[in-house]
Amino acid sequence: MQAGKEKLLWMYQKMVEIRFYEETMAAVYMEGKLPPHIQKGLAFDIGSGPVPGEMHLAAGQEPVAVGICAHLTPDDTVVGTHRPHHFAIAKGVPLDPMTAEMFGKVTGLGKGKGGHMHLFDNAHKFSCSGIVGASMPIACGAALAAKKMGSNWVAVAFFGEGAANQGSFHESMNLAAVWKLPVIFVCEDNQWAISVPKNKATSIEWVADRAAGYGMPGIRVANNDAIAVFEAAAPAIARARRGEGPSLIEVKTDRYFGHFQGDPESYRPKGEVSSLKARDPIPALARLLKEKNMMSAEEESGIVKRAHSAVNQAFAFARDSAYPTAQDALADVYVSNGSHTRSLV
Amino acid sequence: MSTARILTMAQAISEGIAQEMSRDANVFVMGEDIGSYGGIFGATGGLLDKFGKERVMDTPISETAFIGAATGAAAAGLRPIVELMFVDFFGVCMDQIYNHLAKNTYMSGGHVKLPVVLTTAIGGGYSDAAQHSQCLYGTFAHIPGIKVVVPSDAYDAKGLMIAAIRDDNPVMFMYHKGIMGLPWMAYLEGSSNAVPEEAYVIPFGKARVLQEGSDITIVSISQMVQKAVLAARELATQSIHAEVIDLRTLVPLDTETVLKSVRKTGRLLVVDEDYLGFGLSGEIAALIAENLDTVELHAPVMRLAVPNVPIPYSRPLEQFVIPQVASIVQAVQATMLKKTAAAAHA
Repeated sequence: MQAGKEKLLWMYQKMVEIRFYEETMAAVYMEGKLPPHIQKGLAFDIGSGPVPGEMHLAAGQEPVAVGICAHLTPDDTVVGTHRPHHFAIAKGVPLDPMTAEMFGKVTGLGKGKGGHMHLFDNAHKFSCSGIVGASMPIACGAALAAKKMGSNWVAVAFFGEGAANQGSFHESMNLAAVWKLPVIFVCEDNQWAISVPKNKATSIEWVADRAAGYGMPGIRVANNDAIAVFEAAAPAIARARRGEGPSLIEVKTDRYFGHFQGDPESYRPKGEVSSLKARDPIPALARLLKEKNMMSAEEESGIVKRAHSAVNQAFAFARDSAYPTAQDALADVYVSNGSHTRSLV
Repeated sequence: MSTARILTMAQAISEGIAQEMSRDANVFVMGEDIGSYGGIFGATGGLLDKFGKERVMDTPISETAFIGAATGAAAAGLRPIVELMFVDFFGVCMDQIYNHLAKNTYMSGGHVKLPVVLTTAIGGGYSDAAQHSQCLYGTFAHIPGIKVVVPSDAYDAKGLMIAAIRDDNPVMFMYHKGIMGLPWMAYLEGSSNAVPEEAYVIPFGKARVLQEGSDITIVSISQMVQKAVLAARELATQSIHAEVIDLRTLVPLDTETVLKSVRKTGRLLVVDEDYLGFGLSGEIAALIAENLDTVELHAPVMRLAVPNVPIPYSRPLEQFVIPQVASIVQAVQATMLKKTAAAAHA
């Protein structure tokens, strides 16, 4: 299946939005974390500033998210990772409450209780987890529900190549295959599990080859290219919608930032990132769209302008929103359905 | 009026599940050997024949995958009942339980509902050794986000199971093997009792006073409740009148019933088959300590629990570390002889 003009433009626009989102977050994240705004003697303070805590950014990995999500409907489920922004944006999670969540504001998706690794949006059937390898069992459950409800909805589990060495990967692959669940397992291979390169941690070059061990198709995508991901995903998603079971897709992708913001990246060869950026998939897609006369220069600048404006608006919304009151920390451990009235100890 | 129908706890649990499955098409069961086998401890007996393999699903031995799938299916609107065969096996899947099932509701600001019932077998007493004999309800009660239900007889088990299935939150439903009424394991017969045929709900967080007494309060849960009742009977012959309380649920915990009783008796023994350290017995002792402005103790609080050792295999060793009727009787007698410093100086 080839991507038509509409899908190509959508993927381009979403990638521009994701990239600008991550770059904006990278800058905002550093506010208040460096001297002289932090405790004397520290070089960096992870807990300071308007966006505290760990921050894992996905710049460079946009093709994986948009190439898959371009096939999805609002009824399909996506479960992401600890590096979740590109997936969330590609799945349609609104930027305002998503950003407010990272600022810890009461207007956030989780009223400030989750933070950037724990984004939950029921309306857009999106969630993620800060635990490596945890997306896969949850996606199996969403797929099981889709099957039981008699729908043709699918569930996508995104995970990194490091997660392919977790037990949850193997258990979920087998469960999905034996129950013919409509799951698409998508491995983002950015070559780095924090500081450990794939060839030091994984026994084979392609995680996708492990699909054979579970009796499902394994699809290799060698290029960090949205169109290549889109085309590779088409048969996997169609197979899942037909009720024929899961597939495993692996995409070789690039991580531009560190594992987390503030990561000194001493493990990374000098010049690696600049060589990765030389093959940046976003300008590459822009060139292609223009060559094919699918996007004019004016349309391109319009797309960029709208993406920037949406992201800037979201950060302004997050900054302007109120913090929860401290006592709100005590609520939402349980939902109330009237089965008991006593306070929970 | 017909004679009361006596069920085993296993029969009562599977009947409760069956009635809820008939009432609500979103309820389904999955786990290891829960289908044609009916659950290793009988909690799902007969369900496969009634509801078929689409709703009663045997799983691979992959607890991370299928317990995680229960969370995913619940978030999507279903109401899974999922079995962890022995609670001791939680080590292979704890991330899905305590990092996802227990936390996703909170981290979503209450937007994600997870109506999952996680059933599991607990308890020792039949020489199954350290990896198949633990209770561990204290471990799960310690983690915010999971309700913890631990029935002591068939009547309670059915009503608590129906409440668990109807609850919109994750519920851990922990049944003790030694009160299920299995044909292959000795059990305390008080656990098989009269169970109405119709569905009924026992609300969480309401302890039950099984026997009233004025001298000492015995707080317990699960199989230990049955032992405490037998101990109280023996103590009565020695003119010691024990009040026996079954907590029924650890989360939520009915603190009022405990406080009310200890205010009356002035003495407390907690009998617990979980480990002594950092668990239920300490929690109840702390409750009393925090309320000494309104509770007048005649004797120090006494705790009887597994003394911080793994459960041993050999019969004499195992029977020694797990509280027995005789050791409960002795603990009560010892407490009756003690005095708090204040009482001694009065």
